[in-house]
Amino acid sequence: MSSTPMLPPRPPIDFDTPVMRFHRSRRKVTNIVVSGLAILATVIVIAPLVAILVYLLYKGASSLNFNFFTKIPAPVGEEGGGMANSIVGSGIILVLASLMGIPIGIAAGVYLSEFGRGKFLANAIRFTADVLNGVPSIVMGIAIYSLIVMRQKHFSAFAGGVALAIMMVPTITRTTEEMLSTVPHAIREAALGLGVPKWRTVLSVSLRTASPGIITGCMLAFARVAGETAPLLFTAFGNQFWSVKLNEPIGALPLQIYVYAISPYDEWHRLAWAGSLVLIVMIMVSVTLVRVFASRGALKGGN
Amino acid sequence: MSRAEDHSTTLDRMTADHNVNSDSSTPPALIVSHFVQEPAPGTPQAPPPEPSEIRRFLSQRGSGAFADNSFAGVILLCACSIFAIVIFIAAILIKSSHLSIAQFGLKFFSTSDWDPVSGQFGALPFIFGTLATSFLALLIAVPLALGVAVFISELCPRPLRAPISFLTELLAAIPSVVYGLWAVFVLVPLMRDQLGPFLVKYFGWTHLFEGANFGVGLLTAGIILAIMILPIISSITRDIMLSVPNHQREAVLALGATRWEMIRTGVLRNARIGIVGAVILGLGRALGETMAVTMVIGNHAEIAHSLFAPGNTLASVIANEFSEATGDLYLSSLIEIGLALFLVTIIVNAIARLLVWAVTRGAPARVS
Repeated sequence: MSSTPMLPPRPPIDFDTPVMRFHRSRRKVTNIVVSGLAILATVIVIAPLVAILVYLLYKGASSLNFNFFTKIPAPVGEEGGGMANSIVGSGIILVLASLMGIPIGIAAGVYLSEFGRGKFLANAIRFTADVLNGVPSIVMGIAIYSLIVMRQKHFSAFAGGVALAIMMVPTITRTTEEMLSTVPHAIREAALGLGVPKWRTVLSVSLRTASPGIITGCMLAFARVAGETAPLLFTAFGNQFWSVKLNEPIGALPLQIYVYAISPYDEWHRLAWAGSLVLIVMIMVSVTLVRVFASRGALKGGN
Repeated sequence: MSRAEDHSTTLDRMTADHNVNSDSSTPPALIVSHFVQEPAPGTPQAPPPEPSEIRRFLSQRGSGAFADNSFAGVILLCACSIFAIVIFIAAILIKSSHLSIAQFGLKFFSTSDWDPVSGQFGALPFIFGTLATSFLALLIAVPLALGVAVFISELCPRPLRAPISFLTELLAAIPSVVYGLWAVFVLVPLMRDQLGPFLVKYFGWTHLFEGANFGVGLLTAGIILAIMILPIISSITRDIMLSVPNHQREAVLALGATRWEMIRTGVLRNARIGIVGAVILGLGRALGETMAVTMVIGNHAEIAHSLFAPGNTLASVIANEFSEATGDLYLSSLIEIGLALFLVTIIVNAIARLLVWAVTRGAPARVS
């Protein structure tokens, strides 16, 4: 005998009124339309990349020859010529930049990950590195111009190297920090537990374990600055002749592409395409390597 | 949802790692010193007649404090050099532009005469050019980037996801000068012969597309900028959307939402601050982009109301005129433009980073 009266059975909700049907089909259509738009957007974004790459391959490959890698630029009006001096010059500037930028970048990354974790200073440095990463490259160029070129009274390969080094530091710092933070903490504890001093732990345990990731991070930074033109305009300046001296203006591949691209001569345009192809292939190879290492590096499954 | 589980376990593992890292960075060292100072707890009464092998080894070796401290010092110095670089760039730019700052003051940014011959310098046309091209670029790039990010993070079949994000990252790796080269030989003729007449025919009533169309100009610069900032915005937006916890998606889907309703209410609404951050980050890149813009913008210091008109941006005027600047005032005016660019991009980037951090930093905590 229950005191609660039985509720009358509720009539089933009618899901099939015209209004309901209208709303349901409207929602379905919106869903399909938006999915379609997203796919369309992806296609529109991928299209220019494919267009640029195909055009570049077509133009570059048809004008690339052996002379490109062995000859220096020919005077206006003459056929032939190459960018040998610019390729070597780019190499010299990049080696200089790496020598300066990579140690500082890695050290700063080590500080962020191993010494300053959670400290205010470390957060401030991480933030500054991110902000520095967004500073336009041309600003680096005029800052180094004011600092080195104005004092020395001449353009130099060294100044170009310094400008690129400054651009490498924030990228390397952040990737090093990220790679170090994937190193399992147990490995560090094991080393410290054996009485290994902290500096030794950092150098031969943490950095060693994270080295594939750090090396690829450095290559990524290297690839990024390899294509930079703006900071070199007023520092390395470019050179039409052979020069390997650090104290003199030196040619660089991106600079030479820029000069040739805005010139009115067809022969120079041809060389600009060839130079772009060489530059892109170099950068893409290193980016792909980074991708491969990052997806199946030695760190995966380290726990 | 195997993808969802996979994602959340990765996040869990990351969180665990972070916790371990942040909690126990010093204790191991403390334990060692503790051990050295006190006798072993197992044998408190026994007199220690002979120091053990390990103890002797340790005491002979010294504490290593000097090496540790100097290593930490060197590392700290390198880390602080990042501060030094920023401060130092600001200082050197201010010092080199003092001539122009003293001469023109704030009027430098509000007058539009740029006449090196008579020594009149006003940066207003370049500020206008920078703002116009960046705004155009955002207008084109943001909807597309959002579409790509939604597609990659929510709709894309799993096997396609890696290649597409790889392609968009490749787009980011192409150097600016190569984009410029492509723009000069492909985009400019396209603009001059097809796109330009089309715009005049159908959108001529807006008065935005007037005057002679040479193919170079604000609109072309805006389009190439859009292509260049797309990968940045879309990859950061994708990361932010992936950091939205999966139970948000599941909860909305469980209420009977369609996929788009799930994306709108479950994902986009949660990620909106981070998406704004990503857009501002793209804006920062667009403001400072130099080479590609210099090659297609036409280089003309004038404020025009037509999008076909050639213009100049802060960065492109430096690239064009710096090496041929004669006279100290001319040079120092160009450096002052660089200083303005530096300060603006620092502010823009700082805001963007804070917004992105506000979202991605809280994400692992919410999962656990």
